[in-house]
Amino acid sequence: MSTIQPIAGELEPHPDVALVDRVRGGDVSAYDTLVRKYDRQIFRIAQHITQNREDAEDVMQDAFLKAYEKLDQFQGNSKFYTWLVRIAVNESLMRLRKRRTGKMVSIDEDIETDEGSVPRDLADWAPDPEQNYNQSELAEILRKTIQGLPPGFKVVFELRDVQGLSTEDTAEALGLSIPAVKSRLLRARLQLRERLSRYFRKKKAPAEARNEK
Amino acid sequence: MTCTEFLALLDDLIDDSVTTEMRADLQQHLRGCEHCEVTLSTTRKTIEIYRSNEIYDMPAGVRERLHAAIMARCKKGC
Repeated sequence: MSTIQPIAGELEPHPDVALVDRVRGGDVSAYDTLVRKYDRQIFRIAQHITQNREDAEDVMQDAFLKAYEKLDQFQGNSKFYTWLVRIAVNESLMRLRKRRTGKMVSIDEDIETDEGSVPRDLADWAPDPEQNYNQSELAEILRKTIQGLPPGFKVVFELRDVQGLSTEDTAEALGLSIPAVKSRLLRARLQLRERLSRYFRKKKAPAEARNEK
Repeated sequence: MTCTEFLALLDDLIDDSVTTEMRADLQQHLRGCEHCEVTLSTTRKTIEIYRSNEIYDMPAGVRERLHAAIMARCKKGC
């Protein structure tokens, strides 16, 4: 059976490109598909930055509306999702500034912190440590742990490790350099690891604990 | 290889973007360093736990409400 093969060296267009083209041609239902595809991810990014459910809902709505209005400005040389993330991050920061009465909040601020850069808690974790907690306890631990990180760290971790974006796409979405994304990702991973150790480290055997007293 | 050098390459190891030669050096360090072995395994676990648990879930009702609001505005031309 013959199939249409892409010409060697020519990249397959991203499926979003066709959807965006349909929207530009007046097919609103194609936008519906894009919203359903990305709404959860955009909501999570907004939650990480605003730390507030109502704000995150508003940001999600506003980001999709703004993207729709500005769709003519979208250049095919970036991916639709990275472009959308950029809009959502800006909306989130604006909302945060309003709440903090105008105080500047930015994603590219480099936070000088040594926390986690040298691992201190070196105890091994219990096997499958998350199983010692029920679903809602675990979600609470994970939320509490990530909330304390600077916004730039949280969003880089969310995009790279949770949503699986490449370093290049993350850098483009956040307007950061590639070294800046890499540096934030390493620090975010190590800080989260350090903080989670409190909950997940192996419990000492009673005899071992007594010897330490 | 020192622990500091290992740590500088931790992300590349996790993201599988090291050369074969570099990987061999990292693995050699790991064989003799329990601390780095724990740092690597618990960092991998940290990522895995965050990836497999939804921490900011959007309830179905909220999602539908927001979705309907977005589409209604788009149909009106925003």
